[in-house]
Amino acid sequence: MKKVYLDYAATTPVHKKVKKAMEPYFSDNFANPATLHQFGQDAKIGLDKARKRVANFIGAKSKEVIFTSGGSESDNLALKGVFFKLTQNKDFTPHIITSAIEHSAIINTCNFLKKRGAKVSYIKPDKNGLINPDDIKKEINKNTTIVSIMHANNEVGTIEPIKEIGKIIANVKKNRQVNNNDTPIYFHTDAVQTLGHIPINIDDLGVDMLTLSAHKLYGPKGVGVLFVREGVELEPLIHAGEQERERRGSTHNTPGIIGLAKAIDIADSEMEEEKERLINLRNYFLQEIKNSIKRVQLNGHPNKRLPNNLNVTIKGVEGEALLMSLDEAGIAVSTGSACSSTRLIPSHVLMAMGMSHLRAHSSIRFSMGKYTKKKDIDYVVKQLKPIVKRLREISPLK
Amino acid sequence: MGCFSENSKLMEHFNNPHNVGDMENPDAIGHVGNAQCGDIMELYLKIENEIIVDAKFKTFGCAAAIASTSVLTDLVKGKSLSKALNISNKEIKEMLGKMPAHKYHCTMLAADALKDAIKKYKEKDETK
Repeated sequence: MKKVYLDYAATTPVHKKVKKAMEPYFSDNFANPATLHQFGQDAKIGLDKARKRVANFIGAKSKEVIFTSGGSESDNLALKGVFFKLTQNKDFTPHIITSAIEHSAIINTCNFLKKRGAKVSYIKPDKNGLINPDDIKKEINKNTTIVSIMHANNEVGTIEPIKEIGKIIANVKKNRQVNNNDTPIYFHTDAVQTLGHIPINIDDLGVDMLTLSAHKLYGPKGVGVLFVREGVELEPLIHAGEQERERRGSTHNTPGIIGLAKAIDIADSEMEEEKERLINLRNYFLQEIKNSIKRVQLNGHPNKRLPNNLNVTIKGVEGEALLMSLDEAGIAVSTGSACSSTRLIPSHVLMAMGMSHLRAHSSIRFSMGKYTKKKDIDYVVKQLKPIVKRLREISPLK
Repeated sequence: MGCFSENSKLMEHFNNPHNVGDMENPDAIGHVGNAQCGDIMELYLKIENEIIVDAKFKTFGCAAAIASTSVLTDLVKGKSLSKALNISNKEIKEMLGKMPAHKYHCTMLAADALKDAIKKYKEKDETK
């Protein structure tokens, strides 16, 4: 049976060249880069080089890069690290602004910090999943210390106006300086979904912290980055050795970090071309779906969206039933329907966009990648048509 | 397949559900679920002399929800109303085989659809 993987937003396969670059660091150049002997120093050379590569790619300095175990840890470190630092021996209630469509690593960390006394504002997007920078501006008060808005949404693919929000935060910083308010305000963005798809530059975006992950761009799982701008103070989450300038203990995952750097190398050289290819392929995909199936709606922003993301609602068809039928045809997708979770609540992202429960339950996400070809899309559309017809026949909804 | 076992009864009923469709002048209609939870089931029954002689269904929901209603329609056919009321979600679950725990609610919903249909039938009967 033909197999078509369209869940690249969940994770990607490791690129052959990435695997090859990692290989020597398992058993040959294996030593702990924190050790002083030549074995360790050899590993450290690779680590330092990788750190420089990652830093360069986003316009940061090497010392501003903290390697972590993944995007979720980076998000946790950004929010908790700053919170713990600011509330240490101080009677201060930090205010955090985030969006209602963040990844669970941000939402659940905010919920945790709320229990610890933080005040949290969850900004709602418009119906396309777009956050209005003015809504953030209005929400900022004298205690606002962290603003965390994702670079692009993982479900609907909408790219957020990070640069505009960055400018607002920069102004707040200036005003606080003038008013002798020494409460810091930091801007964090989770760029896990954008890495390798659209350019990321920390100064252009105006962010103080930024989260990256390796496994969304053909790198290994279990490797992430938190960029932390010089001057931003945070408490570590993992208290151990002196690694990462004492901000993240634990022996380095050298092979993983080397893999991330290699994945970035590849993305850097292919990104522009690949972006165009994926946008064309996605637009073709949507058109083909619309040509063969009636009552299909696009979810997310029509053009401010990730090149590889296509999220649609197919009316009258429940998302998980559709997912399961596509799975039987060898096609892997994802859905915002409730049944896929143990909680029975449809995707918080689609709900925050003001979607009806039914529309959210009938949503399906196709996320394409490097190995997706036009003939794969043709196969999916061909399979999709009879599946939708069948499920609509079973459905009581008109 | 996916979170269900391949070639299971559940997938069999999902792929080829029994008794799907509308019914002309049903004697009872069960309607359960809502848009919020994402499962909506409609059960149509033909009843003669307190015996369920025919059953049909339509379901908006996941594979387990569709399979549960399909099994239910098989189970009720030929049963007296009082016997049909004894059909539990456990029976539906057993007929479908292994499924993840968070899918049990689908079998419960199907059992509820039957109870709802019979309840409405009896109410209608009393007002006659």
